[in-house]
Amino acid sequence: MRRRELLKYGAATTVAASFGQRIARAADPSVIKFGVVGPKTGPLAPGAAVTHFPNFKLWAYEINQRGGLKLKDGMHKVELIEYDDRTQPPETIKAVERLATVDKVDFIMPVYATGFNLAVAPIYAKYNYPLVTQACVTDQMDQLIKRYPNIFFVQGSTTSFAQAAIDILKKLKDDKQIGNKVAVVNVADDFGIELANAGRPIFKKAGFDIVYDKSYPLGTQDLAPVVKAAKAANPDAFVAWSYPPDTFGLAEQAKIEGLNVKAYYSAVATAFPGFYQKFGPAAENVLGAGGIKDTPEIRAYYKAHKEATGVDADYWGSPFYYSLLQMITQSIEGVGSMDLKAITAYLKSHTFKTIVGELDIRNQKLDKFYTVGQWQNGFFNAVAGVGFTDYSPVKLKTSWG
Amino acid sequence: MTSEAQAAAPVPVTKSTGHRLGITGREWRNLAIAAVLFALAAVVPLVGSGYVQSIAISIAIYTALATSWMLFSGPTNYISLATAAFFGSGMYIVAGGLDLAPYPVLVLLAGVAGALFAAVVGLATLRISGVYFVIFSLGLAELVRQIITWLQHVLGTMSGLYVYVDRSEEMFFWQLLALTAVVYLVGWWIGRSRLGFALRIIGNDELVAVHCGINTARAKVILFVISSTFAAIAGALVAPRWSYVEPTIAFSPFLSFQVVIMALLGGVHRLWGPLLGVIPFTLLWELISANFPAQTTLLLGAAFLLIVYFIPNGVVGLIEDALRQRGEWLKSLRLLLVRRSRDA
Repeated sequence: MRRRELLKYGAATTVAASFGQRIARAADPSVIKFGVVGPKTGPLAPGAAVTHFPNFKLWAYEINQRGGLKLKDGMHKVELIEYDDRTQPPETIKAVERLATVDKVDFIMPVYATGFNLAVAPIYAKYNYPLVTQACVTDQMDQLIKRYPNIFFVQGSTTSFAQAAIDILKKLKDDKQIGNKVAVVNVADDFGIELANAGRPIFKKAGFDIVYDKSYPLGTQDLAPVVKAAKAANPDAFVAWSYPPDTFGLAEQAKIEGLNVKAYYSAVATAFPGFYQKFGPAAENVLGAGGIKDTPEIRAYYKAHKEATGVDADYWGSPFYYSLLQMITQSIEGVGSMDLKAITAYLKSHTFKTIVGELDIRNQKLDKFYTVGQWQNGFFNAVAGVGFTDYSPVKLKTSWG
Repeated sequence: MTSEAQAAAPVPVTKSTGHRLGITGREWRNLAIAAVLFALAAVVPLVGSGYVQSIAISIAIYTALATSWMLFSGPTNYISLATAAFFGSGMYIVAGGLDLAPYPVLVLLAGVAGALFAAVVGLATLRISGVYFVIFSLGLAELVRQIITWLQHVLGTMSGLYVYVDRSEEMFFWQLLALTAVVYLVGWWIGRSRLGFALRIIGNDELVAVHCGINTARAKVILFVISSTFAAIAGALVAPRWSYVEPTIAFSPFLSFQVVIMALLGGVHRLWGPLLGVIPFTLLWELISANFPAQTTLLLGAAFLLIVYFIPNGVVGLIEDALRQRGEWLKSLRLLLVRRSRDA
């Protein structure tokens, strides 16, 4: 019986401590509270641990370092209130409602991934919070903008990503640097299917001969047969509409099998710093989704990100995520208060100076983003995009080192 | 097994108060209490904030799912992990058909499709039992998910589907509450029917049931169909709230597990058992995720251990124990008083 009692008291203490923590958190009324919801557990947690949470941490750290947000009535420190949605939409909805009605936060950051942002869009609209989505790729932007006056999109549509990758190959083909035979594989899941379906007609139109076209299920461990068969078709270029685990697996097999195509593209996760860390010089000249222009501001951002959060930022979403936080900061300080409707209006009527350049989101869609990057000397340089003017030239892949 | 044997006692239809349906006075009283409780629940979204509403909706979803799960798995002891398969199918019927038919029609269609699907699956698999059925039912959601992914691949459609139906949070709650009420009525009706009696015999010993002349396969399939129909309708009702449906989210195995855990926590031998699991479970999880956002899964695991340790028979078991203890205490008190008065 004693043991039980001990357990009982232990549990009671934990619960009491948790409430204490909560009361302590709400102490200082001048602090501006920002809500953050995202997956800390569940299938999307690894991605969020790179692109979602660290950026907010870095942002809050930097704002507080410089004394806080500058509003009309003086400087205000910021505080993040974070919740785990366990990669389940109802949990995301509940956590956002909790932020809005229980914690009564002054602002809510976007949630992580397409479906989740769309699931909470009505709640943000109900409470007037601007929803500046990130990691939200959809072909229905225009309908959604019509539905929600407070929603903003920072990334392009699925089609624009497929189009950009194929444009790069077309240019190489037209310049007679590669032939017209292309091997295409895709992961049979969400984004992989969408990209493959969007890509097929674009390849045909660009005059490519698809010599190999195959999908593999998500979570396939052994990708050797896929790469072997692609190699047997003797292609000039290899395109994989892939996801994080298979992006790594395909590169591994391509290296082992010696798939020496002159242009090698894999989609999601090629832009992860881990990709270069794993393959080193063999990753040189691999093409992938994302990319970022190499500038001193960006280099400083990567350094600060690593120092403040302990993890490396990626070369696709991360710098843009940070840019949109800069846009939010400038809007709040421009308005001079936490008037949410005024902040939304400010976003819709101004342009912003950010680490990726001058950004314009006036019609609720960002005017520029990068679509294709290439590993060049250990940096994932942007070689194509929309709205920017200055891209690095594409290099041919010589071998896997 | 004794508590099950008690639960398995047939409803005394013969002792009715003369009403045609054979509803006893006690049953009328219970029905009235249930009606009052539902009416009270219906007021919750009107007085609560957005956050309270979202918790109420969670409770309503899981009560409908866990209770309908218990209708089949409670008496038969067949642990089904297929809830997500039917829930997701319901969602997809709404998401896919929104351009073709009005929403209420799609909800009905989701129910019909769920019933047909369950009938096919049930006929094929309910002859297997024990752990084989558990594993099959878990695989079912994954199977449907793969089929839908494959269809999208072949048809060349988008992976996510958009569900734009304007509904307020209050409306979502009332719809789910109405569904829960229907689940309860059906459960109550089954409990006092020959079918329910047959199922309890199957749950205690299937071989005995066969020897009694019960068509066990038929009884199990009927219950599986009823249970799955409700899961599909729940999916159809929830789809517009999620706005965007994709296979990985709609067929999440977590849902199936959560439903089973909640039902078992409450207790599966009383119709109102799952409700007593859903409410504390939802609130506990809410408490953990609100206060320890970085350690939810860890603390939930610890909470499970404590629950299994302290209340191995579920909340219903706890309540019944307490009632029994009170009964004994009253009895001993009465004895004491009687003895005292006699002594005096």
